[in-house]
Amino acid sequence: MVIFITPRISIYFKNIARQQYLPSFLHFYFYICNQSRAMQKRLVLDQKQIAIILKRFCHQLIENHDTFENTVLLGLQPRGPIVLDKIAKTLAELTGFKVPFGYLDATFHRDDFRRRDFPLKANETKIDFLIEGKEVVLIDDVLYKGRSVRAALDAMIAFGRPQKVELMVLVDRKYTRDYPIMPDYVGVKVNTLESQYVSVEWAEKGFDKDAIWIIEKP
Amino acid sequence: MSQLSTRHLLGIKDITSEDIRLIFETADNFKEVLNRPIKKVPSLRDITIANIFFENSTRTRLSFELAEKRLSADVVNFSSSTSSVKKGETLTDTVNNILSMKVDMVVMRHSSPGAPHFLSKNISANIVNAGDGTHEHPTQALLDAFSIREKLGDVMGKKVAIIGDILHSRVALSNIFCLQKLGAEVMVCGPTTLIPKHIASLGVKVEMDVKKALQWCDVANILRIQLERQQIKYFPSLREYSLYFGVNKKMLDQLDKEIVIMHPGPINRGVELNSDVADSEHSIILQQVENGVAVRMAVLYLLAGVR
Repeated sequence: MVIFITPRISIYFKNIARQQYLPSFLHFYFYICNQSRAMQKRLVLDQKQIAIILKRFCHQLIENHDTFENTVLLGLQPRGPIVLDKIAKTLAELTGFKVPFGYLDATFHRDDFRRRDFPLKANETKIDFLIEGKEVVLIDDVLYKGRSVRAALDAMIAFGRPQKVELMVLVDRKYTRDYPIMPDYVGVKVNTLESQYVSVEWAEKGFDKDAIWIIEKP
Repeated sequence: MSQLSTRHLLGIKDITSEDIRLIFETADNFKEVLNRPIKKVPSLRDITIANIFFENSTRTRLSFELAEKRLSADVVNFSSSTSSVKKGETLTDTVNNILSMKVDMVVMRHSSPGAPHFLSKNISANIVNAGDGTHEHPTQALLDAFSIREKLGDVMGKKVAIIGDILHSRVALSNIFCLQKLGAEVMVCGPTTLIPKHIASLGVKVEMDVKKALQWCDVANILRIQLERQQIKYFPSLREYSLYFGVNKKMLDQLDKEIVIMHPGPINRGVELNSDVADSEHSIILQQVENGVAVRMAVLYLLAGVR
């Protein structure tokens, strides 16, 4: 707590120096309260737990897909591919099979185009194979409203008619779904509020270590 | 930024280099869509687009129509030769009538420079300029620059020579703006009569000798002699033009480097460009056409997203 507050105090005194705040004890108290509430974040998974979950995912996949001869993995852009890469790497280590995988971007298939303030930026779709008759595992980091998964199902059909589709997510935000979409593989289920978001941090993306947080929206 | 700074694409002059980069990045994604077994996305399914062509066109019109259909938009086509324009209806009236049938976007080609600008002040739909007289042809410039970027990796720092009928070319003007915004050096080359007097004020080099221009450039964009716009004789004969300004294989072989040949089409074979060059491996003319659909999809998609 002290570590959190210390830099805030310095900002507070800076603002006093700029005469933006009248210095009073009560004011100071409210300022700190507000600031610390805005900063509120709760750790959901740490690096070790994430590694365990990813390993569990791989074993579950091996259990369900046996030799992987008819299975492909698709990571949903923008944040699914990083989970996918880790799973593909671990799977290769565990089984020796090279499971075909690709990245799927569903931006052009979303149902909220022209309904948001800003259009979403499209990402790369990289699928070098057809999914006709394949068993597809869609991989993403957080499942929230289910709308991106719906769009992804739509986008996926452009590459053929899959035999079966499964969904794998690291974090399932419970009771928040807009569409009847249910994951087959879940890392952790969490209760969250509309006012919160789930932040997934990866060491590869420049963070200190892998971690998943629930954070109050500013 | 994931949004264009403008509601209409009237000309390259009005958009920023960030806009151009955003269009290119989006076009990359659409190019991938065009290589899928099912080349269609549902993004614009609730949008109706009117293609209003007051001037003849093959490539641009087909390319726009394909782009619209691959974005799942509803498309209505209109050409002036079979319409009430012949009966004396004004431009604003024609377009307003089309718009009252609930059209969201208008793609327009017109023989008068500034026609889309005039329209944008009078109607509420998004307007895409598909060529206005001798003024601008923004989507052609975008797809040219996109093709250069695809072939050479980047447009920044490249030397591009635009050779031919600069005076009557909307492609030349849009290309100059677009390439300069992306950091390329531009040279124009052609007979003195077909080069506008003050073109150097745009910051382009002017060259009369086509061999020197080819020696200087990395990319040669060769333009068509627009006989339909030339009311007076600007040069003695087509044969003489082709003798002095036509590009052939022999000229390319004499260069000490390989250059990329582009042409916005339609080609007058044997006049500005010989068949041995147009069909050679130096030419990216057909890639330009292919990229045209992706770039136009990106433009329509991004404009539709602007509120």
